[in-house]
Amino acid sequence: MNQLYPWAAVVCIVLTSTTGDVLLSRTMKQVGDVGELRRRSGLAHVLAKILRNPNFVLAIMAMATAFYAMLFGLSWGDVSLVIPASTSLTFVTNAVAAKIFLHEAVDHRRWAAAVLVAGGVILLAL
Amino acid sequence: MTFRKYLVLAGVAVFAVTGDSLVSRGMKQVGGVSLHHLASIILVVTRPEVALGVLFLLAFLACYLTALSWADLTYVLPTTSVSFILLTLVAKFILHENVSPARWAGVLMISIGVGFVTQGPALTVPRRREPHDRVAGPISARTES
Repeated sequence: MNQLYPWAAVVCIVLTSTTGDVLLSRTMKQVGDVGELRRRSGLAHVLAKILRNPNFVLAIMAMATAFYAMLFGLSWGDVSLVIPASTSLTFVTNAVAAKIFLHEAVDHRRWAAAVLVAGGVILLAL
Repeated sequence: MTFRKYLVLAGVAVFAVTGDSLVSRGMKQVGGVSLHHLASIILVVTRPEVALGVLFLLAFLACYLTALSWADLTYVLPTTSVSFILLTLVAKFILHENVSPARWAGVLMISIGVGFVTQGPALTVPRRREPHDRVAGPISARTES
């Protein structure tokens, strides 16, 4: 098996899971606080509101792609490479994407957290 | 942040790590998947470990969506990385595995990262309000910590 295959899977997982996370976050901000909404209108209303959001459908497609990329990655490479590499990189790409696309206030605390968690995940795999 | 909200974040961490572990175990039993047999990667979800793993990942998704409805993505993701700390503690104290100094350093880095994030506000962007919501203050007044 080509040694580049697991890394190709990692790049695919990182890009698609970041896309999925950003779209899911956007969906849920549009839906509103699930707890409040459920108390006011019931669970069925909450579910309908989430499922009818076009961003949610796109997010699920992106996450499904990430899931299958993970399955390919796990069958091609070691779990100790594929999972930590994709997970740690996703923390950093999500911080960048959240700032650009969701306009979150990613201050020095959150950048530090993303980098520390990403580094920590890599150390756990050693 | 209420106790209930911390429980939701804990749910994200626990369900994600259980789901990933089960799927990983199932895939190891399947072995290498060829690009020429794409059908096998779809049929793999019928294996018990993978199917159970998918169920846990669905529970993870429910908790994750709930958390994202009241907190930023850059708040939810680092706080749920507590799952890696839990996994290491389980490996050391329940499974009695040898945990190397590098892994303890990783646990420490993740803990500090989570500590940084949880000191700040959970939400920094305005949520869309329902027409009958009476809260209409400036964004900063609605920012939740």
